[in-house]
Amino acid sequence: MDKFVTHKGIAAPLRRSNVDTDQIVPAEYLKRVTRSGFGDGCFASWRKDPDFVLNNPGFTGTSVLVAGPDFGTGSSREHAVWALQDYGFKAVISSRFADIFKGNSGKGGLLAGEVSQDVIEKIWEKLEANPGTEVTVNLEDRTVTCEDIVAEFVIDDYVRWRLMEGLDDIGLTMKHVGTIDTFEKTRPTFKPKVQ
Amino acid sequence: MGKTLAEKVWDAHVVHSAEGEPDLLYIDLHLVHEVTSPQAFDGLRNSGRKVRRPDLTLITEDHNVPTLDVAKPIADPVSAEQIRVVRANADEFGLRIFSIGDKEQGIVHVVGPQLGLTQPGMTIVCGDSHTSTHGAFGALAFGIGTSEVEHVLATQTLPLKPFKTMAITVNGKLPADVTAKDLILAIIAKIGTGGGQGYVLEYRGEAIRGLSMEGRMTMCNMSIEAGARAGMIAPDETTFEYVKGRDHAPTGADWDAALEYWKTLTTDSDAKFDNEVVIEASTLAPFVTWGTNPGQGLPLSASVPSPNDAKDEVEKVAIERALEYMDLKPGTPLKEVKVDNVFVGSCTNGRIEDLRAAASVLKGNKVASTVEMWVVPGSGRVRIEAELEGLDKIFIEAGAQWRFAGCSACLAMNPDKIPAGKRAASTSNRNFEGRQGPGARTHLVSPEVAAATAILGHLASPADLVNV
Ligand code: SF4
Repeated sequence: MDKFVTHKGIAAPLRRSNVDTDQIVPAEYLKRVTRSGFGDGCFASWRKDPDFVLNNPGFTGTSVLVAGPDFGTGSSREHAVWALQDYGFKAVISSRFADIFKGNSGKGGLLAGEVSQDVIEKIWEKLEANPGTEVTVNLEDRTVTCEDIVAEFVIDDYVRWRLMEGLDDIGLTMKHVGTIDTFEKTRPTFKPKVQ
Repeated sequence: MGKTLAEKVWDAHVVHSAEGEPDLLYIDLHLVHEVTSPQAFDGLRNSGRKVRRPDLTLITEDHNVPTLDVAKPIADPVSAEQIRVVRANADEFGLRIFSIGDKEQGIVHVVGPQLGLTQPGMTIVCGDSHTSTHGAFGALAFGIGTSEVEHVLATQTLPLKPFKTMAITVNGKLPADVTAKDLILAIIAKIGTGGGQGYVLEYRGEAIRGLSMEGRMTMCNMSIEAGARAGMIAPDETTFEYVKGRDHAPTGADWDAALEYWKTLTTDSDAKFDNEVVIEASTLAPFVTWGTNPGQGLPLSASVPSPNDAKDEVEKVAIERALEYMDLKPGTPLKEVKVDNVFVGSCTNGRIEDLRAAASVLKGNKVASTVEMWVVPGSGRVRIEAELEGLDKIFIEAGAQWRFAGCSACLAMNPDKIPAGKRAASTSNRNFEGRQGPGARTHLVSPEVAAATAILGHLASPADLVNV
């Protein structure tokens, strides 16, 4: 997992609330056997609509999604985070995230920052007036900056620390590898082995 | 204060613990199947990680395997791809795999116990919710998600917050015609499909002590249908007897050491559970579900409920919706409900004892002409064992189909689907809408009830055969 300190990139306004994980990545993509390559599944049904924001050439190469409240509701699929990341998103800013999605984002290394809906509306206006506008997401200061708007976002301290260190769950556990080694030495010999 | 069984097993596996952080728990056995593992292996590959303990990791093919014509290539491209990928992963990471055609192949939760890999006091995980099955041995066993599968593959540990504990005490002896399946269906109907949420359930009491290992596995298997994280039963002579002599059971001095430890795995008399439920065994009867979740069950002698019996508006809507999907009318005696398909199998009731139970009812009888019955052993070994005992002949002579091992009609992921609009009596664990096939209707039952139902063509218990 890459370390996330600050990121600057084109932001896309997703003027919708209650974006559920079925919309983020439809179920038909779940039968895949790989972890990568979910980018084409990202908002797959909505992308069929030529007027959908991500089809606007002005937002080509977008890496920050600015969405309405209750982003990531519905099924707990981890694929939703993978799809957003594969599409190119490094951060999602919303006025409220579904709990499981927030948890999955932290695990997957996608920044999910919460600001007030007021701020979201103001950013939306800027982005829509000027497609291609870049936004800076600074995790160190917990701020999102879009031209003259500077807003603090909310993120869990532990998640922030992990993202800044670039540690996924496995990376974190790897810090205890010495303890695991020691623990293994004390395991009783009668415990079964598969091979 | 004393500890519960679950706490004892948990505490024995804590590798690292710190204030404000989840405990890091060591995993003794990681079972893997083809559906929930591909992304986990891909994740390992992407980050250049290895499997830490190939010797504690076992793969079996189960969900996607056909149970007829097993020598032919799998027709469905998605299923075929999942099987291809899991084999390639086993090869690349040096893992033991039981593939179609191997006598050890079978449902992951049948394979572990029969090889003696499931033992008391272990922590066991699998990317599958019915991992709770293994709790029957006094192991702490639970299902995990795909990123957790990757975590266990890489580190043999999992960061976890402790679960709450609930005691389910079943006092007295079960009536002669009541099985473990009836008991667990009655428990789920009592506490509800969310009643166990956040808990590890510990089944205890005289009726539980009287169950065989197979019966205990049926109970723990379905703990998840009450919303629980896991189910457990303290090991005793029945457990030790079952494990002894199996392929991976300890031997010699190891056996003695293991036994000494296993005997400590009971809940201390002064331990406290977070919640407690008590059931009197004598009040129980053969049970069957009428609706579309495992909590919608009643004694077989009852009638289809009415939405008017509901306690509140939410339940009323749920009953209405279930009756519509199941095509049932309130007030119809359950024993008059005609059935088209009967399925004996799955990780709930696909073990040798379950097949014996079904065969003992079928022996000398015929499956009704209106019914199609499938008997699917839970593993290749169960199949061989059943054939050595001549059970296959009983099934075939009765007119049932005798198939190869796999998850089969438990879920609509392989060729064994219940056709739309058809009604099945099934020994599996989920009666959700579409679970056994789009539009299929499911009544969950014990193997005994399944067999009697197959003979009579309507929901029935073996006692009803005598009266014909
Ligand atoms: S038999 Fe059914 S419940 Fe058991 S592992 Fe297979 S699909 Fe899951």
